[in-house]
Amino acid sequence: MSEPTKSENTGAAIPGQSGSGPAAGGPAAATAKGSGAPDAGGERVASLWTDAWTDLRRSPLFLIGGFLVLFMVVLAIAPQLFTDGDPRAGGFCNLADSLKRPSGSHWFGFDVQGCDIYTRTIWGARNSIIVGMVTTTLVVLVGGSLGLWAGWIGGIGDSVLSRVTEIFFAIPLLLGGMLIMSTWGEGNAWTVSAVMAVLGWPQIYRLMRSAVLANKHNDYVVAARALGAGTGRIVGRHILPNAVAPVIVVSTINLGVYIGAEAALSYLGIGIQSPAISWGLMISDAQARFLNAPHVLLFPAAVLSVTVLAFIMLGDAVRDALDPKLR
Amino acid sequence: MAEPILEVKDLVKHYPLTQGIVLKKQVGAVRAVDGVSFSLTKGETLGIVGESGCGKSTLAKVLMNLEKATSGQVLFKGEDITRLSGAGLKAVRRNIQMVFQDPYTSLNPRMTVGDIIGEPFEIHPEVAPKGDRRRAVQDLLDVVGLNPEYINRYPHQFSGGQRQRIGIARGLALKPELIICDEPVSALDVSVQAQVINLLEQLQNEFRLSYMFIAHDLSIVRHISDRVGVMYLGKMVEIGTEEQIYSHPTHPYTQALLSAVPVPDPTGREHRERILLSGDIPSPANPPSGCRFRTRCWKAEERCSTEVPLLAVPSTLRGPAAHESACHFAEVRDVIGSG
Repeated sequence: MSEPTKSENTGAAIPGQSGSGPAAGGPAAATAKGSGAPDAGGERVASLWTDAWTDLRRSPLFLIGGFLVLFMVVLAIAPQLFTDGDPRAGGFCNLADSLKRPSGSHWFGFDVQGCDIYTRTIWGARNSIIVGMVTTTLVVLVGGSLGLWAGWIGGIGDSVLSRVTEIFFAIPLLLGGMLIMSTWGEGNAWTVSAVMAVLGWPQIYRLMRSAVLANKHNDYVVAARALGAGTGRIVGRHILPNAVAPVIVVSTINLGVYIGAEAALSYLGIGIQSPAISWGLMISDAQARFLNAPHVLLFPAAVLSVTVLAFIMLGDAVRDALDPKLR
Repeated sequence: MAEPILEVKDLVKHYPLTQGIVLKKQVGAVRAVDGVSFSLTKGETLGIVGESGCGKSTLAKVLMNLEKATSGQVLFKGEDITRLSGAGLKAVRRNIQMVFQDPYTSLNPRMTVGDIIGEPFEIHPEVAPKGDRRRAVQDLLDVVGLNPEYINRYPHQFSGGQRQRIGIARGLALKPELIICDEPVSALDVSVQAQVINLLEQLQNEFRLSYMFIAHDLSIVRHISDRVGVMYLGKMVEIGTEEQIYSHPTHPYTQALLSAVPVPDPTGREHRERILLSGDIPSPANPPSGCRFRTRCWKAEERCSTEVPLLAVPSTLRGPAAHESACHFAEVRDVIGSG
C-alpha cells in the first residue's frame, strides 16, 4: 500500500467514487465555517473543541459570563488596581464614618465600623475566588480520577466506591459543611475549600464514572484493543477525551455554587473568620441593621449574586457548545 | 487446496449467567458460539450469515481475541491464538484486523483522521518509521479512495461511506493477512454499500487479503464470498461454496433463509415458494436438545430431538453439490430459482 502506482488503480476501479470523494468530502457546514475552499481541508483543523469554541464566541451568555468571571479573577489577583485603600492597613476604618450612605467619593458607603464598603467588597473577591477555584480543582482531581478508575475497572472496586459516594450524597453540602466546620473551626479559605471538596467530589465521581461507562464499550475502543493498544493508550487517548466534557460543564456551574456555599458558611460564622474579608461575612455583619442601612448588605450581596450567576452562565454556555445534539 | 491461513476447531464461547450479588453462583450459560469449526485459505472470502443473535459477532470477537474463548482452538498459520497474551498477542494482532459495523461509533470523534489511521503505527512502531508515518497515512487514504488532504479532518466531517473507508484504512494500516468484517455495510445506504463492497474486493486482489465477511444480507454475501457458512443459534448448520449454498442448499434453515431473499422480478416472485418459519429463535441460554433448529423445522422427527446432527457431507449428496450440512434429512431444494 505504500507503492504510489497502486493509487491510480484505485481511482480507476471505482469510478463512481473517485468523483464523489472530493465533492462530498467536506460537509457543507464544515466548509462554510472554514476560511478556505473545500480542497484546502488539509489546513483547517476543526475538532469538536474548536467547533465548540466557534460557537462560544458567538454566545452572549458566554461573553457576559466570561467577561464577569475574568473581571472577578482580576479583582482577586490585583485588588489594588481598582481601589487605593487597603482594608488590612491600620486606620482604614474610621468609626466616625459608621453607616454613612454612598457618596461621590465612597460609592458603596461605609459599614458599622466605618470601613469603606467598596474597598472591602473588592478585596473580598479574593477569598471567594480562591474557595471556588481550589474546591473545584480538588473535586475534579479526586472525583475525576476515582470516577475514571471505577468506571474503567468496574467490578468490586467500582461497587464499593459507588456505595461510599452514595453515603456522601446523603449529606447536603451546606449541612455537612456546617457540621465539619463547627467541629474543627479554624475557618479560612483553605479549610473551607477542603471541607467542600470532601463533600463535593462524589458528584464529579459519578459523572465521570458514567461517562467512562458510556464510552468504554464503543467500537472505537474495541478497535484500539484490536490494534493491540494498551490500557494507558485506550484510557488516555480514547476514553478520557470523550468523557471529560460533562465534567467541565458541571465543574464550571459548581464553581459558582461553591462560592455561594462559602458565603453561606461565612454568614453563619463558621466559614471564613474576621478579620479576613469575605462577602458572606460582610452580609452577616450587615443584617442586623438592614432596615437602617440597607446599602451595607446590598452591595456585597449583589456582587456575590453576580459572581455566582456569571459562573453558572459560563457553564450553561459551555454545555450548549459541547452538546453534540445541538450540532 | 492451499494451506489454511485460519483454522477454527470446535470453538466455544459461553457467557456465564450468575445469580447472587456477593457470592456469584453460576446458574447457566448463554451459548453464544457452541462448537464452530471451519477453515479459511489465503486470499479467500468466507461469508458468515445467520439471523440476529445467532453468534456471528461473538464469533468475530473470539477470533480477534477480544473475548476469550471458552474452549476450542483458533489456529492462525498453525499457531493457537486463543491462549496468547502480551507480546505474542500483540504480534498476532498485526496480522488479523477488523472492520466494524457502525462507522459512526467505530471512529473516535476526538481524533483526526490522520491520528485514527496513524494509531496502528504508533502501537506497532516497527511497521512504519516515524518520519514516514504521515506519508503512510496519506497513502492509505488514497488506497481507500479518499482525498489524502483530508488527513487533518475529524470523523464528523465525513459521510457514513467515507467513514467506513477510514475504518477500512485503519484495518489495512498494519498490512494484515486476514480482515474480519463484522457487517461492514449494514449501516450504510444501498448505493454506498456497493462502493464499499467493491473497494473491499479490489483491496483483496491488490493485497491478497483473506476476509471473513459477516453479514445478514444474503445477496451481498453471495456477491463477495467464495465460501459461505450459515449459522443458527451458535452452531454452523451448513457450509460450502457460494454456488453450493445458494443453488443447492440442503439444510432446512438455509432454505428458509434463502427463500426470504427479495426477488426483483415480479413474475418469478409469484411462482416461487416462500418457506415461512413459525416461532422465534430459542434462547441460546437454553437451546433445544438434539438439532437446534428442530423447534422450527417442518422436517423434524423424533430422531432430531435426541441426536445432534453433525456438520458433515451427507451420504445422499453426490457430485459438485456435495458439501457439509448439519441435518439428518439433508436434501437439495432449489429455493431461489437460480438453477
